[in-house]
Amino acid sequence: MNTPGPTLLLRDVSKHFGAVAALRDGRLTLEPGSIHALVGENGAGKSTLIKIVAGVIQRDAGVFELEGRPVGFKTTAESKAAGIAVIYQEPTLFPDLSVTENVFMGRQPVGRLGRIDRAGMRSQVIELLDRLGVSIDPDRPAQGLSIADQQIIEIAKAISLDAKAVLMDEPTAALSGVEVDRLFAVARGLRDEGRALAFISHRFDEVFALCDTITVMRDGSYISTQPIAGTSAPEIVRLMVGRDVKELFPKVEAPIGQTRLKVEGLNSPGVFADIDFEVKAGEIVALAGLVGAGRSEVARAIFGVDPYTTGQVLVDGRPLTPGSPKAAIKAGIALVPEDRRQQGLVMEETIATNVTDVIRPKLTRGSLITRRRENAAAGVWAEALEVKCAALDAVAGTLSGGNQQKVVLAKWLASQPKILIIDEPTRGIDVGTKSEVHRRMSELAGQGIAILMISSELPEVLGMADRVLVMREGRLTAEFPRAQATPDAVMFAATHAKQEAA
Amino acid sequence: MSQVYPDYGRPLWRRLLLTREMAIVALLIIVTLASCAGVDYFADKMTLYNLLRDMMATLMIALPMCLVMITGDIDVSVGSMVGLTCSLLGLLYSKGVPFGLAMVIVLLVGAAGGFMNGWLVTRIGLPSLAVTIGTMALFRGIAVGLLGTTSVTQFPKAWTDLTKLEIAGTGVPITTLLFLALLAGFAYLLHFTSFGRGIYAIGLNKEAAAFSGVDTARTRIILFVLAGTVSGLGGVYWTLLRGTARGDIGDGLELQVIAAVVLGGVSVFGGVGAIYGVVAGVLLIGVLAAALRLMGVTAEVINIITGGLLIGSVVLAAALKWIRERRATALATAASGSTEAVDQATASAPGTDRTTDFGGQPPQPGDPSLSPGTASPLAEELLSSAGEPSPPNGD
Repeated sequence: MNTPGPTLLLRDVSKHFGAVAALRDGRLTLEPGSIHALVGENGAGKSTLIKIVAGVIQRDAGVFELEGRPVGFKTTAESKAAGIAVIYQEPTLFPDLSVTENVFMGRQPVGRLGRIDRAGMRSQVIELLDRLGVSIDPDRPAQGLSIADQQIIEIAKAISLDAKAVLMDEPTAALSGVEVDRLFAVARGLRDEGRALAFISHRFDEVFALCDTITVMRDGSYISTQPIAGTSAPEIVRLMVGRDVKELFPKVEAPIGQTRLKVEGLNSPGVFADIDFEVKAGEIVALAGLVGAGRSEVARAIFGVDPYTTGQVLVDGRPLTPGSPKAAIKAGIALVPEDRRQQGLVMEETIATNVTDVIRPKLTRGSLITRRRENAAAGVWAEALEVKCAALDAVAGTLSGGNQQKVVLAKWLASQPKILIIDEPTRGIDVGTKSEVHRRMSELAGQGIAILMISSELPEVLGMADRVLVMREGRLTAEFPRAQATPDAVMFAATHAKQEAA
Repeated sequence: MSQVYPDYGRPLWRRLLLTREMAIVALLIIVTLASCAGVDYFADKMTLYNLLRDMMATLMIALPMCLVMITGDIDVSVGSMVGLTCSLLGLLYSKGVPFGLAMVIVLLVGAAGGFMNGWLVTRIGLPSLAVTIGTMALFRGIAVGLLGTTSVTQFPKAWTDLTKLEIAGTGVPITTLLFLALLAGFAYLLHFTSFGRGIYAIGLNKEAAAFSGVDTARTRIILFVLAGTVSGLGGVYWTLLRGTARGDIGDGLELQVIAAVVLGGVSVFGGVGAIYGVVAGVLLIGVLAAALRLMGVTAEVINIITGGLLIGSVVLAAALKWIRERRATALATAASGSTEAVDQATASAPGTDRTTDFGGQPPQPGDPSLSPGTASPLAEELLSSAGEPSPPNGD
């Protein structure tokens, strides 16, 4: 007890998914009574590290110690039992159960005859919530609680388990200012009780306000750990981004034509507000920002999958019917969505069926459609994009991520769009296919297609875009022409409120 | 450099024969031949006539039900709609409405009932099972209420005879022609139109279908309307066949229809199935029941056998699918080793959310032959053709 070592220690931890290294040398040391910030770009390996600690996945190699004892969790139950609590951005409560039942889910105290001790549970929860300084009715169902309250309940759960280490993965992403303050108060309380906390966030103001130590990760590797007092936001940004990005991206200058897509005053309450921008023929416009900034939602609204309350979308000067993907497709818009598995492809269907999903109405003769015509049309695009497969009737779900993305691209390019909206074009695909996708995008821009690219990968944004728009919390906060789009500037705009507003 | 891909990974005969639907067709043929050989009086025109006559409403309603179930919805109100249209037809006719007009009205009522189901399901967003259980009670209540304890008889003979005529001494009822017309229509709609492809896409992944420009709500409403309308037709058929209109007609018919559709290879989770399998499924139940009845087997035992067959087919399909998925996941993980593949292996196998799926793997609408899943002698073949990692051919 005299010289307490670190609560949690990870060193040289690696994790590979097949040939892809998600984590090379993960390092994290959580001291008792400390709040430790873990920062890095998307894909830097933070979440992989957290998942290893939580027992969701297992490390391939490296040291993992809890209070000086080597551990390795095969399940989340093991990590919980050992005293580790992980709070996620989206808490996972049972909506129909009461707050009390949620806190004690799976380990209800029982009295005689195995009867659940409800009164005991209830009084414990009241005491817990009291300690956290929040007033939540222990008997109300979890459904309808704000995300913030749900997180508090997760934290209550963690405390009731007497967690030694509490890891919070972007807990503030969905919270308002007041809620963030309350969460921070709770976090400081836990720190003062001698627990070790880790805090993942993209918001530097929060990191600097709450944490005492900071670890930066980049590309699956540990970069640095230092006391927060001796550093600054610009320095952290440099450490996070620090690499040369240009040569990876075969950006070809394309002649820029007239405005193809114009978005005017688009609003959707609580999701995004006052979105104004335009994309010209041959231009690649990147929509940068943090996950949850509302970028995909804007794309979905433009395409008509989601509604918007005010504003309009103009294609070649003509207003587009809102709320109808069909109309958007007809007007020449293509949307390669963020979630390939859920939105981009029908995983159980064949390549041929998937590729022709959008253009099918054009392949009919009268109303008749034949497999032969579908195969002919799909073959052209599958071949053009070099989808790796044995035959066109291979099921999409059996392909690798990169190949699936090519099928999605084939599907949308087959519709010969004038405007291509592409959401996270290279998420979860290997490096080789990545640069191929980038080359294609460049080619398409060269053919006069207007491209709106949503990307959370800064190198991709800076490498590909003619113009960078930055969104933060549902609003456009900055616009940079290619020459002025530096990593620091974009990151700053994505994490800070507009200067004028402050 | 650029490579030309073949359209199919398997030869035609395999794609045509190794399907769950084909297994049902084969079973139908075997049962029919065995019954002809081994059951007295089975190989008789009268048997065929009775069988088709009794199964006609089931056959007709199974067609739209097949489409509804491929989108992942279900309509359990069809039996009650048969009852409702039956008693409404009787009521209208007894009040002096010309029979032709009364028939048109009840078909419209069927369509309206279907629209109500579809509207509640898609616009209000309620599960189709809940909605149609509700409308099942509602329609039945109205059906019984319309006529009370009375029944209407004395329909025009010209019409009632239509259900009893056979085609030139073949033993095939003339109403079969109506069924064949419906069959052609529904087969075309499901397998040879863009609309039909949308039906499968909705059943497999509503979100992806919507992102591809499929109007999912409209499609589902249309299918419910078709189910209601054909149920109305079923009501007219029963009325004419029995020559009476009563409110309890068609009681339990929905379960018979759904059982046959599932037996025919349609997954209750959607996205899987073909219309010929459904026809074979209905006929298989009909033939089996007819043969057993001729053998003197009681109705309860017939129900037990039919139920056993249904469960057996579903369990077999699920087991095959499970094995195939395990294999596919293992292969994908071993072969590609990509992040995605491991994600699948660690988090969930592709489509584990549908593991209890009855049907085979992907639906192959226009070419139903592609979907595997069939009897056990073919299991090895199916397994070997399922989850190949698909490296490009080296040529």
